[in-house]
Amino acid sequence: MLSRTADHLFWLSRYIERAENTARMLDIVYQTSLQPQSAEESEQSWRSLVSISELNSLYNAKYASIDSRSVMDFMVADENNQSSIFNCLRAARENARAVRGALTTEVWETMNQTWLEFRRLLREGVLTRDPSALFEWVKYRSHLSRGVTVGTMLQDEAFHFIRIGSFLERADNTARLLDVKFYRQEQSQGEHDAARDFYYWSAVLRSVSGFEIYRKVYSNVIQPDKVAELLILRPDMPRSMSHCITRMLANLKRVANPQSGETLRRVGRLEAELAFARIDEIQAGGLHPFLDGFLAEVADLGASISRDFLVPST
Amino acid sequence: MQTAFDEMNAAGTVTRAHYEAYARWLAEQPESLMRERREQAELIFRRVGITFAVYGDKDSGEGTERLIPFDLIPRVIPASEWTSMQAGLAQRVTALNRFIHDVYHDQEILKAGIVPADEILNNAQFRPEMMGVDVPGGVYSHISGVDIVRAGNTDGTGSYYVLEDNLRVPSGVSYMLENRKMMMRLFPELFTGHRVAPVAHYPDLLLDTLRSVAPQGVSDPTVVVLTPGMYNSAYFEHAFLAQQMGVELVEGQDLFVDGGFVYMRTTRGPKRVDVIYRRLDDDFLDPKVFRADSTLGCAGLVDAYKAGKVTLSNAIGTGIADDKSIYPYVPKMIEFYLGEKPILQNVPTYVCRDKDDLAYTLAHLSELVVKEVHGAGGYGMLVGPAATKDEVEAFRAQLVANPGNYIAQPTLSLSTCPTFVESGVAPRHIDLRPFVLSGASVRMVPGGLTRVALKEGSLVVNSSQGGGTKDTWVLED
Repeated sequence: MLSRTADHLFWLSRYIERAENTARMLDIVYQTSLQPQSAEESEQSWRSLVSISELNSLYNAKYASIDSRSVMDFMVADENNQSSIFNCLRAARENARAVRGALTTEVWETMNQTWLEFRRLLREGVLTRDPSALFEWVKYRSHLSRGVTVGTMLQDEAFHFIRIGSFLERADNTARLLDVKFYRQEQSQGEHDAARDFYYWSAVLRSVSGFEIYRKVYSNVIQPDKVAELLILRPDMPRSMSHCITRMLANLKRVANPQSGETLRRVGRLEAELAFARIDEIQAGGLHPFLDGFLAEVADLGASISRDFLVPST
Repeated sequence: MQTAFDEMNAAGTVTRAHYEAYARWLAEQPESLMRERREQAELIFRRVGITFAVYGDKDSGEGTERLIPFDLIPRVIPASEWTSMQAGLAQRVTALNRFIHDVYHDQEILKAGIVPADEILNNAQFRPEMMGVDVPGGVYSHISGVDIVRAGNTDGTGSYYVLEDNLRVPSGVSYMLENRKMMMRLFPELFTGHRVAPVAHYPDLLLDTLRSVAPQGVSDPTVVVLTPGMYNSAYFEHAFLAQQMGVELVEGQDLFVDGGFVYMRTTRGPKRVDVIYRRLDDDFLDPKVFRADSTLGCAGLVDAYKAGKVTLSNAIGTGIADDKSIYPYVPKMIEFYLGEKPILQNVPTYVCRDKDDLAYTLAHLSELVVKEVHGAGGYGMLVGPAATKDEVEAFRAQLVANPGNYIAQPTLSLSTCPTFVESGVAPRHIDLRPFVLSGASVRMVPGGLTRVALKEGSLVVNSSQGGGTKDTWVLED
């Protein structure tokens, strides 16, 4: 298939996935803000959202303070924030429009409809009235996009590039979430109480639909190291880093070309590292350096995939 | 001399025979239902993304994409009329292709004095690069959009006239196909009561046509559609046709020329391209030959084309045959190349470079439409009946100064068709664009795209100026 087409497909799914993950994180912080917490705690958790996406300077340039209303506006509806849900859904739709011939009618109509509906919801003020309903809607539109892709598309190259984009973006998002959440927890050492910790870590789990999964897997109280294990190493947890890299590798193998050997080797190595790592080992070396290294590697793999398939030099 | 002609209603309250069943059905539909259906159609068009892009609008997203208004009432053509129209179209397009071949080879028609040589050789649409270039099957215009109007005669009958031949990159066929789909979705019961000739096989015929003009020796040609990109006003159509044919939709940046052949960049390396259905004007095709600032085409494409390594569809230089200055000669071309009488009429045209025609035109300026031969988009045009005395006189001066630059035609009263507008069902002016495919043979699907001027009394059917479209039914006997 055309390299340019593959590029659009890859980004189309990345943007949808990014919109979903942003909605997930916003929803959790919003839900948590409905529980009793100090002003400082509340500000901390809204700020963490902006930091996860590395948007502090852009945010500070526009807003004087951190508060729920401003952060939600910034992350959902701000046209100047390239990572806002608004811009992600627009970019997903624009990428789909550029290659609508490579998509089934159902996939294209889902993307188009999502964008048109999202704008209508914003106009109607759903973000102000009922933010959770809007976040839920974004999540479900992403589920729908994925479902209609898996359910209607021929499993050819187009399909595999869509899947590669989804898993790459999700691996990145899960690692970012963990990094920010563990970092914050380490900063506030000494003042832990069991109830606080429970709410904190269960919110993290819920943001990746992992709360019930955690209970099912561990049948135990919520412990930070197990949360990390679940989200980094558990191969059958659909939003874990390990799972994402495994799926990415499987899809990459299906589109391999003469240039892509090195990229495949590196994804394979990363998969093996995650498959054979132990959480206590990772923690011994420090979770933050580990996640930092992972994020850098994933970013670099994204660039390699571009070079090998999407924008070849000749 | 001309009277209004309505496609559905003859004089008084008599419904024409081929519209009887439809008119009966329409009379039974409450207006509220029609309004509901119209809203439904709009929603579906928007969701499917059947839009055309509007330039210069800052707001990206739905704001820059407009819907072309779709009218619920079909334009119906009886089988007998279509049979002769189809024969006329095939005849006309065949002659036009022969003409283009002749112009770029032996120029017999110029030697015979039928078309004045300077009309060709000094014409901006004449491409000297094409002299002596052989194209597969000698076919230049593979996709032709011939605009036809009907005007009423004094005896109450109507006559079809060809208004212009579009032989460069005619568009609109996707609306023809989507309009039919929409009608079948909104009013399935109408299709059980009428034998409407199907049109959905157009992409199949198109692909077959494109494959049939592949470079010699290529047994399984790779066909692509070349688009200027997603911000082009007809992008939907480009994407639609590529998808319906199952071929790649490429942009100039996806193509490159190597060793005389054209390739596209794919995820598995370069892949050779044999036939390019280009939706791009000649000027933008190749920065090495035409406009050097064009980034929409592909450097080296024209050399590969002239060497017969790739087919461009339509060929380069077809504009010489659909230029307004050449139009008056088409009936004579048909006789010259085919030895046949033209089946479809031209609008009577006065060629002002001719003394007698000029004299007539000057004497009847206030009744005629006078057009600049190389003008486009209504510029340099006088519509006599609508012009003030001063405007007529100003134009007279220009005309006398440079008569060769003008042609004149009687003001045609386009036929009307009942149309569902805000005030209910009312007559609006329409035209028709059938799409004629020429490859190994000349083929077309029954009907074409009917455009309708939605403003009362307006004759302008262009979508950019308040025009809409209708489904076009050719009824089988």
